Amino acid sequence: MAAKEEKLHSKTTSNRIMMTIIYVVLILLAFLMLIPFVWMLSASLKLNKDVFAFPIEWIPSNPRWRNYVDIWTKIPLLTFIKNSAKLTIIVTLLQLFTSSFAAYAFAKLNFKGKNVLFLGYIATIAVPWQAYMVPQFMMMRSWHLNNTHLAIICLQAFSAFGVFLMKQFYEGVPDELCEAARIDGLSEYGIWMRIMLPLSKPALSTLTIFTFVNTWNDFLGPLIYLTKTELKTIQIGLRMFISQYSAEYGLIMAASIIALIPVLIIFLSLQKYFVQGVASTGIKG
Amino acid sequence: MASQAVQPAGQKRVMKKQTRTNLIAYSFIAPNFIGFAVFTLIPMAASIILAFCNWDGVHAVTFAGLDNFISLTSDRVFIAAFKNTIVYTVAVVPLTMVCALALAVLLNQKIHFRNFFRTVAFFPYVASLVAVAAVWNMIFSPSMGPVNMILSSLGVKNLPRWAAGKETAMLTVVLFSVWKNMGYYMVIFLAGLQGTSPQLEEAATLDGATRWQVFWHVVLPQLRPTTFFVTITLTIASFKVYDQMYMITQGGPGNATITLVYYIYNVAFVNTPKYGYASAIAMVLFALVLIVTIIQFRGSSSND
Repeated sequence: MAAKEEKLHSKTTSNRIMMTIIYVVLILLAFLMLIPFVWMLSASLKLNKDVFAFPIEWIPSNPRWRNYVDIWTKIPLLTFIKNSAKLTIIVTLLQLFTSSFAAYAFAKLNFKGKNVLFLGYIATIAVPWQAYMVPQFMMMRSWHLNNTHLAIICLQAFSAFGVFLMKQFYEGVPDELCEAARIDGLSEYGIWMRIMLPLSKPALSTLTIFTFVNTWNDFLGPLIYLTKTELKTIQIGLRMFISQYSAEYGLIMAASIIALIPVLIIFLSLQKYFVQGVASTGIKG
Repeated sequence: MASQAVQPAGQKRVMKKQTRTNLIAYSFIAPNFIGFAVFTLIPMAASIILAFCNWDGVHAVTFAGLDNFISLTSDRVFIAAFKNTIVYTVAVVPLTMVCALALAVLLNQKIHFRNFFRTVAFFPYVASLVAVAAVWNMIFSPSMGPVNMILSSLGVKNLPRWAAGKETAMLTVVLFSVWKNMGYYMVIFLAGLQGTSPQLEEAATLDGATRWQVFWHVVLPQLRPTTFFVTITLTIASFKVYDQMYMITQGGPGNATITLVYYIYNVAFVNTPKYGYASAIAMVLFALVLIVTIIQFRGSSSND
């Protein structure tokens, strides 16, 4: 009896030690992940000459808020943000609509050519865009779409990935639900809108995060297509600023912080669906 | 008599119904498929044809046969780009996998602030590459950056030159990539862990297995499909690496960190464009991806 109690006791102690180790490791890791962002924030409130002062002054004694005012006049930051916001919102909406719409047919309808069409999507899902960006650019240019936002929208809005992700999710929705709705007289479009869309919040959130983040952060696409300053996106604008004023450390960091904010908001507001979304859509394979 | 007359009519109705379903289905698919076909399938096919042609975008297209591919074999920049892409992939894939899996296992425990830790680990992945690369360049600046300051205050004599050093440039990019992307693969592993059976783990623990043994012999085998998927995705993502180099090392010093996609970009969009030659390099990238995909198909079918 006593021996058993002792064993139990030692087990809880070892458990406690284990938990402590886990927490220490996690806190260290969290530091590692966050330090660059903290440093960024701290540097964005400093004069250039103080940015690299060592030891690091994490909380500037004299925060220079002016950096956040100056950055808007130094580069057309507002234009860049507007361009990025416009492109990101249009691409995300188009992607959500066309992907979930097509995925419904692939998951819930039987029709001629279904397998061939779906194979067309699957076969290209692994091919990186970079492998065919050159002919794509020439095609767009021959249609005079270079230096237009429409080019970026066409490029980003119709991905095989989105269709695949939504289809995986819809297949998990019982067919009986659709059958019952059909008997109640709903059309296929009605089923998609009234039943499938409300059920697929986790998948839609996952797709929104991916599309929003990819479009907002996209670099190579806008770099190739948009050469006029008034059309450029935040990433290209930020990069241009960094290479032009490479010693304006405080301003570079302030602009970087501003470029991070929209993604942070989207991510935090949708993240509760995220792991669930990834699990149920079978991105994991 | 009567039944004979009814049957064809019934068949007709069935056929009509099927045609209707077909049309409805196509209307669902069309908005996505038309965009997908025009902007993905056609350029993809064109890319294959263009690899066997010469074109500068101004003069007429001429057929070049295998010339572009033959030139590649003696192109020193291409060979460097090919080698660097492989080196980068071989370094990044295992490192990212181990870190992501470890993070996922840690964050799958019942602990306080679990969601906070998950969010923190995922955040570098969603953060703008331009912005975080700018911070890395400053933090790892050879002359003024805090990393070298700390190293020097610890008494390190030969301070690494990070992105500016021929030997350390690739290492700097690899470290950056692992840091930036492991959160994404952690989420995929977390999703995979939701599908493992807690009963099996409990049974193994009752039988006296240590935590390490439980992980190695019970959890890991159940994660095989996920591990496989992560390996493939990571490998393909590594083959197409470009922007990290563009922002941290500009492909240098020398050609120490130039990659296939970086070279495609240079050949097609910088100086005099050589579209055919760029497409030939793209075919090499395509071939690499194809090989990995075939391995995936083999692997996943042997899994079943």
